[in-house]
Amino acid sequence: MMNEEIPNLTAFDQAALDQAFAAVEHQARNDAAALDNVEALEAFRLRWLGRKQGLLNEISSRWLKAAPSEAKKPVGERFKILKELVERLLDESSGTGPSDAALAAEAIDITLPGTRRLTGAEHPITRTLNEITSVFAALGYSVGVGPEVETDFYNFESMNFPPGHPARDTQDTLVISNQDRRPLRDRLLLRTHTSPVQMRTMETQPPPVRIIIPGKVHRNDAQDATHSPIFHQVEGLCVDTNITFSDLKGTLDHAMKALFGSAVKTRFFPSFFPFTEPSADVQISCIFCGGKGCRKCKDSGWIELLGCGMVDPAVFRFAAEKQPAYDPKKISGFAFGMGVERIAMMKYGISEIGQFYAGDMRFLSQFS
Amino acid sequence: MKILTKWLRSYLPALPVDDAKLAEDLTLRGIAVEGIYALGEGNGSLYEMDITTNRVDAMNHYGIAREAAAIYGLDLPALAYALPEARPSGKDFPVRIEADDACGRFTARVLRGIAIVDSRDWFEGAEVSTYFALLDQKKISNAVDASNFAWLAMGQPTHAFDLDKIEGGIVVRRARKGERLKTLDGVERVLDPEDLIVADHAKPLALAGVMGGWDTMITPQTTNVLVEAAWFEPMAVRRTARRHGLHTDASHRFERGADFHAGPVASALVSSILLASGGFVEGDLVDVRVADFEKRTADRKPVALALSEVQRILGATIDAEGITAATVEGVLTALGCGLAPKNDAAWFVTLPSWRLDLEREIDLIEEVARVYGYNRFANTLPEFGEGVLALPWAESEAAVRRTFLAAGFHDAIGSTFCSAAEAALTAPQPGLTVPLGNPLSEEAGVLRPSLVPGMLAMVAGNLHRDVRDVRLFELGTVFSGTTEKVEERPAVAFGAVGGLPDQGALHAPRDLDFHDLKGVVEQVLTRFQARAVYFDRFPAEAGLTPEWLHPYRSARVAVDGATVGWFGQLHPREAAARKLKEPVLVGELYLDRLYKLPLRKPAAREISRFQPVRRDFSLVLDESIGWERIDQALQALQIPELVEWRVREVFRDARMGAREYSLLLGATFQAPDRTLRDEELQSFQARLVDAVGKAGARLRS
Repeated sequence: MMNEEIPNLTAFDQAALDQAFAAVEHQARNDAAALDNVEALEAFRLRWLGRKQGLLNEISSRWLKAAPSEAKKPVGERFKILKELVERLLDESSGTGPSDAALAAEAIDITLPGTRRLTGAEHPITRTLNEITSVFAALGYSVGVGPEVETDFYNFESMNFPPGHPARDTQDTLVISNQDRRPLRDRLLLRTHTSPVQMRTMETQPPPVRIIIPGKVHRNDAQDATHSPIFHQVEGLCVDTNITFSDLKGTLDHAMKALFGSAVKTRFFPSFFPFTEPSADVQISCIFCGGKGCRKCKDSGWIELLGCGMVDPAVFRFAAEKQPAYDPKKISGFAFGMGVERIAMMKYGISEIGQFYAGDMRFLSQFS
Repeated sequence: MKILTKWLRSYLPALPVDDAKLAEDLTLRGIAVEGIYALGEGNGSLYEMDITTNRVDAMNHYGIAREAAAIYGLDLPALAYALPEARPSGKDFPVRIEADDACGRFTARVLRGIAIVDSRDWFEGAEVSTYFALLDQKKISNAVDASNFAWLAMGQPTHAFDLDKIEGGIVVRRARKGERLKTLDGVERVLDPEDLIVADHAKPLALAGVMGGWDTMITPQTTNVLVEAAWFEPMAVRRTARRHGLHTDASHRFERGADFHAGPVASALVSSILLASGGFVEGDLVDVRVADFEKRTADRKPVALALSEVQRILGATIDAEGITAATVEGVLTALGCGLAPKNDAAWFVTLPSWRLDLEREIDLIEEVARVYGYNRFANTLPEFGEGVLALPWAESEAAVRRTFLAAGFHDAIGSTFCSAAEAALTAPQPGLTVPLGNPLSEEAGVLRPSLVPGMLAMVAGNLHRDVRDVRLFELGTVFSGTTEKVEERPAVAFGAVGGLPDQGALHAPRDLDFHDLKGVVEQVLTRFQARAVYFDRFPAEAGLTPEWLHPYRSARVAVDGATVGWFGQLHPREAAARKLKEPVLVGELYLDRLYKLPLRKPAAREISRFQPVRRDFSLVLDESIGWERIDQALQALQIPELVEWRVREVFRDARMGAREYSLLLGATFQAPDRTLRDEELQSFQARLVDAVGKAGARLRS
């Protein structure tokens, strides 16, 4: 039985008492260290503090009672300290919960991969469109939109494309069927650029105008690595009484820095668009090599990114048919347009334009 | 187009820069050099050029020399070729312009005793052999090469006829019905009465401004030649060329506007090359002009230009001085304009015959900006006073997008088109689909009336590439209407296949099901403020369920009485047709209807401090009784303290009847102002049991 753990004392001198009590104390500490659940705790309590068969009871009867009268006091003092220790061990064990050993038994493999909830990824085109529109929102541009199916008038005529212009060709433009018998300007087609929204906006809103126009456009193009019959454009229009070519330059320079980083430089080249004059193509310093020349920029240090120009007076005259305030002698403005796919391909290192429209989970997951 | 710097420099010996710098300066002024290739010692470089269609005057060596002269302020001598004195002829070679609405000028020069030989470098300014070798252009004969040389030098098309094959004289006219012409490409062509042709008194000789004729071409036997250099009207040439499917150097130039005055010079260049190997000129140059065309091109009215307008449009320059009158005068004069002062800072500007693209004041302003240099203008920002307006539906669209993204669906963009069969299958309004006149393919013949075909294609694409778990949504436009009037509406489609993606190594995998998709739809709908949202299903015979959906595993979504969409499992027939083995979940919401609703505005309510009481009820129901009945019965109780109830589990048990199932209902009672007493709870529970009992459920014993 338990009482065998408590030997009878043969000597009651200080050293003998110290040794005997130290052994029991050691035992109590060991017992307490192994406590890992409520049942064990109760067992510890009974073993040490049990009224009849508890070890302390045993010590009391074997050592204290058996002590010669001159040793009663040292034994009693030591017994009191032991009892306090046991009670403290019991308190501590029940207060701090399971022991380390018990916790160790609950160990898990924290190196297994975390359980991830899939978060949907914004499409790189959506993301790029949003980036561009927010850059221009900060410059005071509201968002404008228009229909994807347009009339020849809005897509071409009011944008100053002459009647025989090659862009009007069905080789370049997707058209709705059965249009041949309608007047040219009413014929329906899939807009080839977001520029018609310029006219739609000016017709309904007198100057000043400051809009940014994101949208899907279509052309009768064969699909290859960088061309797609479906693509997206962002168009911008700014009209007021005092808008200049240097404003156009400053605005786009600012926007390109906001989109691609403040180190980016811009460069403007003469170009030709029917609806702007002067017209320009804009290049930015290569974002891959910083302008030193690399494979991406064909060693030129520059990347062509957008087209722009001062709104052609002929376009204002079309707008003035409904809003007389668009008098090209009194107001001026600029417009610009950029291909969203091209920018997204550049920003995210995408090599095939077709990936944008395939809905391939493996491709889209990269943007979450 | 290829340009030799050696040739270019022959017109401008004083060019102060090297080929690389010249290329950069030209490019920055819109005469774009795309590539520079060194041709070896003494040969200069070859420029690969990309010149915009409005600058057809610069698509030749002399034209580019003119730009360079303007950039560097150099004098460019006019082109002139002296011909030996002509032997007199009895009478001028007969030339008549009958189509005076389409031909503005026709020059003809008769050369006799010509030898057709191989080309060489004939004289200074006619280094045919050298330049052609550097350009990698094949030499054919002195006659053909002379015409090509003149074209490359100054961009004026010319043509040499075998004079002895011409009967009578030249008539520029429209073709007659049924007339035929074998062109230089060997094709026998039936002419259209609209075609503009060069004819003689008996037959068509050439498609005017497009291509010469076979029968009158120069052959090794040719000794007498008629050199043509003319000006044809752009549209007439364009129409003729297109009708015959031809696009030639000549048609390219005439379609975009040739120089009215270049003909005689080009004629002289071609003639002097031919004469270099013998022969003589007979008679004067025959030069027939149509006054009206001359007035509209070479002699068009001067344009008024004001410095103030230049400054108003162009704005600030980096140089503080800005654009001055001297800048304007310098640039425009160098480009060939004549400036007559109107007053101190305004001019009447006469326009060069080779720049038909210049017509208006703004065109001249562009020239000033271009030659001055775009990059010498300052970067300024316009002042800005107005507020920024968002589109009325921008927030709603963002809310829908966010909800799908949060539910783990990837944002996708699909094709705008579908096949007629797909349109018929998925159009919410049958019959109102819009076909394309020139579709990219048959599969893309119709504007999509629904986003479902595109979604199915994308889902199938993933499965066919062995991507097992797919969750996609597309926000886009759908089209309905007729070819007269097309309506566009916003919609969102969603598709899902495979497992729930939130699976770690330690959790059992589970496939997505109808109710996962329903949960997403519910989440989307809760973004909006609606009185009533419900899901229902129609009996098969009603024919209301879209044919692409499984009739018993799909639902209509209705908000405030209007259908806002459909979703569910793809009909097994459609799945099989697309070779999809896994059940595909797919749906579409009509966002135009949702966008009419206000977005739900969050409002906080007091959270009760008092203890909630949760009670479970195990119910047994007949299979015909759906949750909706129980739900409505509990709703009808109108016990304010019954704050929440939900289905905790649905299961079947062999010990129950064959057509019965078990449902564990969890209910929560809570009062805002007190702890619920036992008697109250007893009463609520009794009423609850009574209500679900009336709805057809019994308590499981």
